[in-house]
Amino acid sequence: MIHVDVRRKAFNGREILRDIRLDVAPGERVAVLGPSGVGKSTLLRIVAGVDTAFEGRVDRPDNIAIVFQEPTLLRWRTVLANLLLTHRGLRPEMARAMLARVGLAEKTEDFPGQLSLGQQRRVALARAFVGRPELLILDEPFVSLDPGTAEEMIALTEGLIAETRPAVLLVTHEPREAERLGQRICRLGGSPATLAC
Amino acid sequence: MDGTAAARLTSLAGIVGLWVVASVLTADPLVLPAPWALIEPLVREIGSGELPYHLWRTLVRVAWAFVLAMSIGVAIGYLMGTRPRLDRWLDPWLVVFLNLPALVLIVLCYLWIGLNETAAIAAVTLNKIPNVVTVVREGARALDPELGAMARVYRMSRPAQARHVVLPQLAPYLAAAARGGAAVIWKIVLVVEFLGRSNGIGFKIHMYFQLFDVRMVLIYALSFVVVMLVVEAAVLQPWEGRVRRWRTA
Repeated sequence: MIHVDVRRKAFNGREILRDIRLDVAPGERVAVLGPSGVGKSTLLRIVAGVDTAFEGRVDRPDNIAIVFQEPTLLRWRTVLANLLLTHRGLRPEMARAMLARVGLAEKTEDFPGQLSLGQQRRVALARAFVGRPELLILDEPFVSLDPGTAEEMIALTEGLIAETRPAVLLVTHEPREAERLGQRICRLGGSPATLAC
Repeated sequence: MDGTAAARLTSLAGIVGLWVVASVLTADPLVLPAPWALIEPLVREIGSGELPYHLWRTLVRVAWAFVLAMSIGVAIGYLMGTRPRLDRWLDPWLVVFLNLPALVLIVLCYLWIGLNETAAIAAVTLNKIPNVVTVVREGARALDPELGAMARVYRMSRPAQARHVVLPQLAPYLAAAARGGAAVIWKIVLVVEFLGRSNGIGFKIHMYFQLFDVRMVLIYALSFVVVMLVVEAAVLQPWEGRVRRWRTA
């Protein structure tokens, strides 16, 4: 069970988030919809435990995975090492199988810079799912992709979610994405932003 | 690789050529001897064991000062680059030490610590640390916060984060600090030896300076330049090539 209770979050005195309560059951998929700049990413960073400077509390499982807007890979390590280094005790054959699952079986020994941007995003997806996370956080992962690639990535993500069944928290400004991947859609809006589910 | 090696050798040959021309023009071996005039005394110095002994003493001091300055400087630079509060407090210190002349630090270290090895190495280290801090601080400021967030969410261990996330991003800055470091350090070591040691290249240069022996000054100075060129080609460049492999792949 993921339990989020953010009473107040401010940056340099300016209040961004207020009184945000959100519960996510195991395996549940929640999409947070809101315009750019409203504080969606801030909320995700709090839930992920990256940002700890806020008033309130968050209960989250230990095994979390995250997919950012950018691939955010270690460009100086091979694709395979990117999966192994982020998951202690992961067997190489498991990592290879996951890379094959996202269509990168031939690329395991390449550096991320040798891949196309679409392939790098697949590596980021493989990295997120290979540890079978209890909570998967998606921060606008399909933004700035052309429609064809975005559709392909969404379909791949749907398939992987169906196989691993993590709880999912997705933020996006794109209602279509929210409807496709989320069972429940919440809206973040206002200033300071509040959440309406 | 062959192209760069050829370019290096040609470029070095150019320096020697310039030297030959200059020695012909001055036409006074007491002021500037020709390169071949150094060979006989060089062989004599190596044969007697004088040159290897003093070269070794200087090398040991350079190595100590280099390791100390790099490790302390990298630690301080990293902390200052990642913690703005600490940076605000330490920055004035950095400015003071950056602008303290090397000679002043050396003299003060000898006066306060004594005319010994500790003082010599401390003086060189203190001279070099501020430069390392400045370079590494820039690198730490440029660290990608998203990668740090990623590493934390995936619960990478501290040592793993240092080795796989932070150090590769700092590598170009560390290489720059090491490069500049080695060159500056040996120059300061020479001054330290010149002023207050009874062995090392700097001591020998001091001695031959008083005897006005340009040949021996050149022999001792150039022998260390050769050592540094070898270190550069054998250690620094292969290391840089290895850590840069991902950029060119």
